[in-house]
Amino acid sequence: MQLALTEEETAFREEMRTFFTTKIPQELRDAIAAGRHIGKEGIVESQRIMNEAGIAVPNWPVEWGGQDWTPLQKHIWHEEMQLACVPPPLAFNANMIGPVIAHFGNEEQKKKFLPPTANLDIWWAQGFSEPDAGSDLASLKTKAVKDGDDWIVNGQKTWTTLGQHADWIFCLCRTDPDAPKKQAGISMLVFPMDTEGVELRPIELIDGGFEVNEVFFQDVRVPPEGLIGEENQGWTQAKFLLGNERVGVAPVGATKRALATLKATAAESGDLEDPLVASQFIELENALLALELTALRVVANSSDGKPHPASSVLKLKGTELQQAVSELAVDLAGPLALASGAGEGSDIPDWARVATPNYLNLRKASIYGGSNEIQRQIIAGTILGL
Amino acid sequence: MDFTLDGEQTALRDAVRGLLKGYDNEHRREVVAEDPGFDESLWGKLAEMGVLGLPFAEDDGGMGAGPAEVSVVAEELGRVIAPEPFVEAVVLAGGLVAALGSDEQKKEILGGLSSGELVPAFAWSDPTGGEGGVSVDGDTLSGVKEPVLNAGRADLFVVFADGRLFLVDPADTEVTSYSTFDGGRAAHVSFDKSPATPLGEGGDATEATKDVIAAATIAYCHEALGAMDSALKMTTEYLTTRKQFGMTLNRFQALTFRAADMYTSLELTRSIVTWATMVLADEDSDAEKKREAAARAKLQVSKAGRHIGQEAIQLHGGIGMTAEYAVGHLTARLTAIDHLLGDGRQQIKNLSRRLTSYDVVEPLP
Repeated sequence: MQLALTEEETAFREEMRTFFTTKIPQELRDAIAAGRHIGKEGIVESQRIMNEAGIAVPNWPVEWGGQDWTPLQKHIWHEEMQLACVPPPLAFNANMIGPVIAHFGNEEQKKKFLPPTANLDIWWAQGFSEPDAGSDLASLKTKAVKDGDDWIVNGQKTWTTLGQHADWIFCLCRTDPDAPKKQAGISMLVFPMDTEGVELRPIELIDGGFEVNEVFFQDVRVPPEGLIGEENQGWTQAKFLLGNERVGVAPVGATKRALATLKATAAESGDLEDPLVASQFIELENALLALELTALRVVANSSDGKPHPASSVLKLKGTELQQAVSELAVDLAGPLALASGAGEGSDIPDWARVATPNYLNLRKASIYGGSNEIQRQIIAGTILGL
Repeated sequence: MDFTLDGEQTALRDAVRGLLKGYDNEHRREVVAEDPGFDESLWGKLAEMGVLGLPFAEDDGGMGAGPAEVSVVAEELGRVIAPEPFVEAVVLAGGLVAALGSDEQKKEILGGLSSGELVPAFAWSDPTGGEGGVSVDGDTLSGVKEPVLNAGRADLFVVFADGRLFLVDPADTEVTSYSTFDGGRAAHVSFDKSPATPLGEGGDATEATKDVIAAATIAYCHEALGAMDSALKMTTEYLTTRKQFGMTLNRFQALTFRAADMYTSLELTRSIVTWATMVLADEDSDAEKKREAAARAKLQVSKAGRHIGQEAIQLHGGIGMTAEYAVGHLTARLTAIDHLLGDGRQQIKNLSRRLTSYDVVEPLP
């Protein structure tokens, strides 16, 4: 048992802290801190600055722009980024399709896709969920049928986050409807969003935002080089991808930052003098501490690159706490939260205006990335043997 | 940063675990049914193993080990809810003597404690729930302390009175002992002009006492962690073997999801409790940092102990209510630990004093 970081780790933390607080534009970080949307340009700008410094995709293989960091260094990188309110590299690129192509793709695909994926020259969309395949992802119906060497894709995806910005989509398609197990007949195809036959329709969410979309495919022609890895190997890739997603999805640093900002607001308004309010902050801070320490334990035991089974705890508890902090903001805002549509000319502070849209938006966190019920299923089955 | 045990700590864990191997619920019930409420022969074996002198200097007859080793032992005792007063006698009463005692007092008391010949008890709580009850008059003490854990068996009292610490011979007091709901022993201890020797120089001991209480709190947290781990293990075993409606209970998702939530509570607790030991052991941690770590660990233990203890009984159904079955005793012990040295609500109060003095909680130094 040893608490202290080594000298090298301390220096690394300082280096990351300095980078994130001096190289990423202040106005971007201020917008994130205030809970405002920064748009496509902001996300692209931030990721390109990181990529130029070689730290946008540290989890990738070194030859494709990754870093030979220890798990603890990767954790520090992620935490410092969030604490500094830096928009993280786009998950679809950095955590999802990038590692899949690096692991399963052929040399040509790696050369073609990985550099622009790291630099966000290509914005990827995730084509996994379907209207009848949510938690039960393997029952997906979108099919890809051979036509000569090409694939012809027909079907529908949904919950395609930020698909409106996407240049390409990675898509799980059923390529063998007669496979003995439904998991065995799925392949991963990639193609541009402007291919003929691809149609995107936005879905309005409960916070009034347009974050997710439906994507329809009608006779979409995909050349053979659009297949990632082997035919009918898509489920293996999907599991690989979702394992990575689960680890990255626990937003410990961002939630800590959100709670600290809220605490400063509550201290200023006098709300924090109420012991009931103070105790809510203490309990949330403590739960977040336990979560962060668990994340540190998990990274320390993930040296073989595979996610620790306890990563489900991180997803489950991490999203619950993220939601709880957003709920506390709504409680502290009280009736002021009704000013969600106010523009200039309103006296109500920004944080109170965004509190409820943010709270409503974050209800998604316990649903995506494998719903929290799926995480309980994984804990009960894989870890507890139930 | 490293959460794992080193080779020697692992060997210590295995040795203690080996010693406790036969400590099942049946044996424990026999032990706690008779005074002094713990197994004197096991106490002797713990002494032989060096466990009772673990945190004390070698010059005083101890082993010169640190908080990590203490935590390892406490966790193993917690796994079988062994009623031997390791935290109470060694970490708490012994810890106070080690912190403040004169060289002579340390040699005599810690030497005796380490060899198993002397069992000290800390007289701290008063019947109103505070830490007063006894006042100093010259070189005597008068008043009442209650509940004093293990007072009926103690060879020596370390008494907190008027902010100072004293050593008192139990023969000079009146001790009325009784059983506690977790199978332990406590007592009403009445002091009537009882002769008292100041511990060390006899000055104000408030701060030093808080430091020792922080260390004992963290040891209790490890004891609780061991108990929670056992409660979850028993529950998952039960769910995979007990049949109702023609199938084992693990076929019912309503039950397995609750077990998954218990696991989440347990792992979060393991993280924060282990961290608290690391803070305690780190040479750069100041007293305030150590007390804060103890408060944070205890707050989590308070919540998780209730959650896991209550659910363990519920998922067992009726059998979990019986004294014959261990799971209820685990829950009783978790409840006792929750309320010793400051419960969750008290820890929130402690932590609230500094709430506005920092931005985020930083686990790393």
